[in-house]
Amino acid sequence: MRLPSRPVKPAPFEYHAPESIADALAVLAEHGDEAKPLAGGQSLVPMLALRLTRFGHLVDLNRVPELSGVERKNGMLVVGAMTRQAAVERSEAAAAVPLLGLATPLIGHFQIRNRGTVGGSIAHADPAAELPAVALALDAQLEIASPSGTRLESASDFFVGTWTTSVGDEELLVGVHFPVWSDRSGFAVDEVARRLGDFALVGVTCGVELDESGNIGRAAIALLGMASTPVRASAAEAALVGANPSAADLTEIAQLAVANLDPPEDIHASSAYRHSVGAHVVARALATAMEDATK
Amino acid sequence: MNEQAVSFTVNGEAHRHFAEPRKTLADFLREDCALTGTHLGCEHGVCGACTVIVDGVAVRSCLMFAVQAEGTEITTVEGLATDGTLSPVQEAFREEHGLQCGFCTPGFVVSVHAFLEQNPSPTRQEIVEALSGNLCRCTGYQGIIRAVERAAKTMSSA
Repeated sequence: MRLPSRPVKPAPFEYHAPESIADALAVLAEHGDEAKPLAGGQSLVPMLALRLTRFGHLVDLNRVPELSGVERKNGMLVVGAMTRQAAVERSEAAAAVPLLGLATPLIGHFQIRNRGTVGGSIAHADPAAELPAVALALDAQLEIASPSGTRLESASDFFVGTWTTSVGDEELLVGVHFPVWSDRSGFAVDEVARRLGDFALVGVTCGVELDESGNIGRAAIALLGMASTPVRASAAEAALVGANPSAADLTEIAQLAVANLDPPEDIHASSAYRHSVGAHVVARALATAMEDATK
Repeated sequence: MNEQAVSFTVNGEAHRHFAEPRKTLADFLREDCALTGTHLGCEHGVCGACTVIVDGVAVRSCLMFAVQAEGTEITTVEGLATDGTLSPVQEAFREEHGLQCGFCTPGFVVSVHAFLEQNPSPTRQEIVEALSGNLCRCTGYQGIIRAVERAAKTMSSA
């Protein structure tokens, strides 16, 4: 029995299912800006279904095994772009980057994370998403392949605007290199969302690393939901470095973190609300990270 | 119309039909496989009504294209009962009033099956988190939470 077919929602596209990075790049090169890589589809498919976007060609990466995997390499944790978020949650290797383990469970719901990928989330570059903020906080290197070779781009140059990255039409994000911090480090992710699994209204991912004398030797703070991209709080980081964890005035440092930001306004939160809550989550997360570092 | 063949196994039965690449797995299951137990609510990944199990993991079938499921093994809500006997999860939903209108129920039941497989003795907080990806507008969720607790208990003592 076959039921009468309802109108399908996305606009028509030609479907490509390459089985290697080289083949995926060849399809992208052939079709230029008409082609879009399809990773886990947890953001792209809704956007297609709602016809917020349309492409003549979808390049499905789900049959490219070399894009998945988590491994330690040269002091970095290298995560293949198509590694499922659920796999990161379960990965023992990924524990070397605690921010991943803290941020990933906050992405959508378990059914979403079963399909959603690390590279997909980062390449989608939603300013309220967790993994772009993790990549930015840690100065991750994004490995981008093109027909002419592979380049590494730092996260600070990668995020250009809402849903916009520096990846060109003929390029493909193939992996993310996360720096591994020493075990004198502490991390925290804190966010305010209307419901569990919703996009955060405001959030922060942060880390602090103590030096030999017990003072803060390195600090990293990236805010999400506060601008058109995730943003580093460089002034607040600078104020933390050299300070003793117990002496740092976190309320003041949190103010520094949001001082020059003009957060977006929408139906769920005004700009002023995001500003105020942003400072609170930074202070709260830094306290958690310092406790984590000193224990 | 560039239809292409899609073959996979649903609830142990082989299916092969033709679909345009833009057809979602959810529509394909309902229209081409005639398995209308999988429901469609929001059709953009928010409500969870269309949840099915693909190669062992619960996914939104509205966020996958049927062509992507080529070669996979799928379980839908129709595949949970054996020979007309409700699964422990289905049984518990009935006993604990875990449904009223029933529209969202297939998504809940399939999600809970997958969840209890991974976490056979969850805490209440873990249950609440696991259910957060499915929306129900009737029950207020309390009966559903009790149903998951009951199912976990039944299954662990089985």
